[in-house]
Amino acid sequence: MDAAALTQKFSRTQSLKSIDMPTFTVANDELAEVVRYLRDNQGFDLLADLCGVDWPNRSPRFGVVLHLLSTTNKEYVRLHAACDNDAVPSVTSIHPGANWHEREAYDMFGITFTGHPDPRRILMWESYPYHPLRKEFPLAGIEVPLPAADVAEVTGQKVEAAPMMGGPFVSHGGHMSGAEPQALDQSWNEEKPKA
Amino acid sequence: MKTTKEISLGDIAARSEELRGENMTLNMGPSHPATHGVLRLSLELDGDKVIKCDPVIGYLHRGDEKIAENMTYNQFVPYTDRLDYLAPLANNVAYAIAVERLAGLKMPERCEAIRVACCEMARISSHLLGIGVYAMDTGAWTVFMYTFNEREKLYTLFEELTGARFTTSYTRIGGLTRDLPEGWLQRVETFCDGVLKTIDEVDRLLTRNGIFLERTEGIAPISKELALSYGLTGPNLRASGIPFDLRKDKPYSGYEKYEFDIPVGTKGDCFDRYLVRMEEIRQSVRILRQVIKTMPGGAWYAEDAKKIFLPPKAKIMTKMEELIQNFMLVTEGPQIPAGEVYFEAENPKGSLGFYIVSNGGGVPYRLRIRGPSFVSLSILPAIVPGNFLTDVASILGSLDFVMGECDR
Repeated sequence: MDAAALTQKFSRTQSLKSIDMPTFTVANDELAEVVRYLRDNQGFDLLADLCGVDWPNRSPRFGVVLHLLSTTNKEYVRLHAACDNDAVPSVTSIHPGANWHEREAYDMFGITFTGHPDPRRILMWESYPYHPLRKEFPLAGIEVPLPAADVAEVTGQKVEAAPMMGGPFVSHGGHMSGAEPQALDQSWNEEKPKA
Repeated sequence: MKTTKEISLGDIAARSEELRGENMTLNMGPSHPATHGVLRLSLELDGDKVIKCDPVIGYLHRGDEKIAENMTYNQFVPYTDRLDYLAPLANNVAYAIAVERLAGLKMPERCEAIRVACCEMARISSHLLGIGVYAMDTGAWTVFMYTFNEREKLYTLFEELTGARFTTSYTRIGGLTRDLPEGWLQRVETFCDGVLKTIDEVDRLLTRNGIFLERTEGIAPISKELALSYGLTGPNLRASGIPFDLRKDKPYSGYEKYEFDIPVGTKGDCFDRYLVRMEEIRQSVRILRQVIKTMPGGAWYAEDAKKIFLPPKAKIMTKMEELIQNFMLVTEGPQIPAGEVYFEAENPKGSLGFYIVSNGGGVPYRLRIRGPSFVSLSILPAIVPGNFLTDVASILGSLDFVMGECDR
């Protein structure tokens, strides 16, 4: 890994201290070029991972972390990019494998990847209204109607989700017997009463 | 009088669009035996030929990453069992090493050797299932019985070692739950002899089997470039001809001490992926035998693990410090320094990665799980179109994925 060449070519790229691999912060608009440069000139030919991180107290709030792997030089590099206006350039055109990782980051955090060919949700269903890995989303989850237009058409009834109780984390205060272990239901508290 | 209408070839050419008919959309799954779990493929078919494949995942999404942010590092160990539930021991090891790197812990040799044995047994277990089920997908039922017979023996060994057959939760951050039981290594040795015989039997049943060859050879070849660009890892990457194996190239847990070869495919088709798995079982047996021969003595947990492990029960009841320590570990979790770490381990399905961001304290700020099955499935839209519908089952089986790890 030639860190000097990278920081020389992309002057806004800064090296960070890390315990396990070379780490850089990359300017938002340069992310795709940096990834392309690393693939073509430094042998980082495999995108190991791409994920979002939520920092509610920072501005910009969301960050994207990429881990690139060189199968020839056997080394990793980590790239951090901040999401200006919750958006970051997509790297799917450089590493097609980023497609699903980016869809997941959008699904879980609401990060937009500009230039992504197929910006759909991936783990949650298409009409799901939240981004569950954001820090303010409660662990217990929030009940939402399930999309079942075909069932409603035949039966004339709305499909409702099974009650979220009984598991170690999801419980409805008061509904469950006191004998069962209960985790704190974070969707309501003293200031914000249960709907 | 003319009774039949003559049809010229020119007419057919002109009407070809009309004669072609409509494409059909077919949903394969979410409950389909060939999808090995709850995967749905939305296939667009032109006759028997697939022209578009759109995998729909998320049916097994449990929010493991969200759960991890809300519990201590120690509490998350059982959740790693449920990622690739066909190789829970290997997942436990990968997670433990990731956190240990963040905490700066160094494992004693015995602990590392036991972990290597665990990983290789998990690999054998996972590949035996992968091959058995793959044979069944392509029409050979017997192999499944042979390989499951061996897996049963493995499960007995796992049970002896960990107390559980399936969800093992064997490693702890900083060590293991317990030392090896007496005589266990000899029983592993006996198993090694048996599994090699079974593998040879499977070899004779499948590798030159005409039906199996027709179902696998030349089906869905993945070129080197395609495999790399989609980030495939593990046997799927090596079948495409790239000799990359984290055990050799980024050794962890003392893998550099053992001698073994990396099987590599040439064409990257379904048959190559099967061959690579077969050979990996033999290589795993080779590693296991070396581990048994050179099993070091000494401690099976790190000296520093005292700040992560719960103190012994007898001391908690009688000593003040241990009582406080126990209370702090249970309520706040082990204190891990702030920082970030990314660790990938060579799991049976590919590289299982954990990216952990810590702000200090006993709970990870962000824990990202990079599941190799998720990546293996993302290549489907690129390799399935152009194949016949019957080959889809063959392609899915050859990628050897697990939905527990894909959906997390």
